[in-house]
Amino acid sequence: MTVPTRRQILISAVALIGGTGMSSLLAIKPTWATPAMMRAAIRKVIGEAPLRKGKVRLDLPPLIENGNAVPMTVSVDSPMTEADYVKAIHVFNEKNPQPNVLSIRLGPRAGKAAISSRIRLADSQTVTAIAEMSDGSFWSDEADVVVTLAACVEGI
Amino acid sequence: MARALINVPASAKRGEVIEIKTLISHPMEPGYRPNSTGEILPRDTINLFVCTYNGEEIFRAELSPAIAANSFIAFSTVATASGKLEFKWTGDNGFSATESVAITVE
Amino acid sequence: MSLWPQSFVLSCSVPLFGAVVSVSLAIGGEIPLSDRMSGYDFMSRGTQAMQDDDSANPGMLWVLDGEALWNAADGATSKSCADCHGDARLSMKGVAARYPAIDRAGSRPVDIAARVNICRAQQQKANPLPLEGRKLLAISSYIGLQSSGMPISVAIDEGTRPFLQNGREMFLQRQGQLNLSCAQCHDDNWGQKLSGAPIPQGHPTGYPLYRLEWQSLGSLQRRLRNCLIGMRAESYPYGAQEYVVLELYLMWRARGMKMESPAVRP
Repeated sequence: MTVPTRRQILISAVALIGGTGMSSLLAIKPTWATPAMMRAAIRKVIGEAPLRKGKVRLDLPPLIENGNAVPMTVSVDSPMTEADYVKAIHVFNEKNPQPNVLSIRLGPRAGKAAISSRIRLADSQTVTAIAEMSDGSFWSDEADVVVTLAACVEGI
Repeated sequence: MARALINVPASAKRGEVIEIKTLISHPMEPGYRPNSTGEILPRDTINLFVCTYNGEEIFRAELSPAIAANSFIAFSTVATASGKLEFKWTGDNGFSATESVAITVE
Repeated sequence: MSLWPQSFVLSCSVPLFGAVVSVSLAIGGEIPLSDRMSGYDFMSRGTQAMQDDDSANPGMLWVLDGEALWNAADGATSKSCADCHGDARLSMKGVAARYPAIDRAGSRPVDIAARVNICRAQQQKANPLPLEGRKLLAISSYIGLQSSGMPISVAIDEGTRPFLQNGREMFLQRQGQLNLSCAQCHDDNWGQKLSGAPIPQGHPTGYPLYRLEWQSLGSLQRRLRNCLIGMRAESYPYGAQEYVVLELYLMWRARGMKMESPAVRP
């Protein structure tokens, strides 16, 4: 039997702790999204197409008072005519439990490619908005945000 | 109990781009939060929001648990004809809500 | 509940600080009236915009419910609030701005939620609505909206003065494991940061309000409980007279400031 690697020791230690039910005390976090998962989620939507920066504007406050409800606006520079319009807008995050935020289908009837909503952000991170154009091209914008919490919160 | 608050101009000129604001009462429980005894509260979210204008779909949004509770979505559309705007939200646990608003287009 | 002799308060207020605005009840450390700011002013523009737009303010969902409940018959008498009070936009105008108030029948101040339940028991012969429940919050927010933009003005007279003094004592009293008083944060250190968030002055201008932290509309009592828990102090149960007395003091401290109910706060 080979000498167990450090990684193997750590994995079995975690399994032992989990088995004795002490995991909650040590607060081992469940696997949450990572920047790599966000990139994978983006790839799923856009395939192999190149992602270009521009045309899209993602508005998020740089300093967020409470991650429970963050006002967000995504607007895309587009004439929104039958010949040239935004087909879809997708928003992704990198540190929430899962990478998707919102997926919107639009068309020339929208008149304007701009949507607003309120999103949840679990931690300070980069949020990405992608616009899919009628000609098949993909454009994006990113926003870096710092998430703080209100003081004096309820106990759970 | 009020489910939704919709803001649409009552009237518009033909061809004008109007803004539509929608607000719906819903906890959007993401499925990751523990309750006071440590159990994870099950996911209970709105998954889909669709708006139709005189029966034709003009807007569709797929919501994730990353959309805030009491979800707010604002978008726009071109005022084409008088008639009805219908809004439908569907989600977990058989959640379904519809609202409709009349619009007059000159 | 002790009664501060008027003369003692008068004599000690003058040397403590220069800008004595309200001679009869001023005490050192209080925010000068002209320096008072609503919690609105400490919020980011995005959150302010959420409050300002009735189509985006989540609190308005409760107000809509409250309007429906106002017009719904209830109790053994099958009466609605509207049957006695008519259009709330007229009859409730300015009411929330002067609460807590002494209930005519009793001798203690009551808040809006308690007043609604008194009405339900006496006039509608209906069961009291659960405190901090959705229905009571909805009616309270509907009534609160009818004072929007109006200056806060609680009555201070022989009836309320003892409770006001009591409320001020609570505000100044150190408590909890952190041995903090309300005044230490909200009078002495407002504008500075606590856990990265700015400390507001603690004026109840917008209650009941939608707190992003709660993802729900809640009452001032809920917020006070958050504070007490934050200070690691014992929190009173909902409906406790301690909260009403403290609210009376806070509303007097915020006198003249505009009502914003239903506000939005982080």
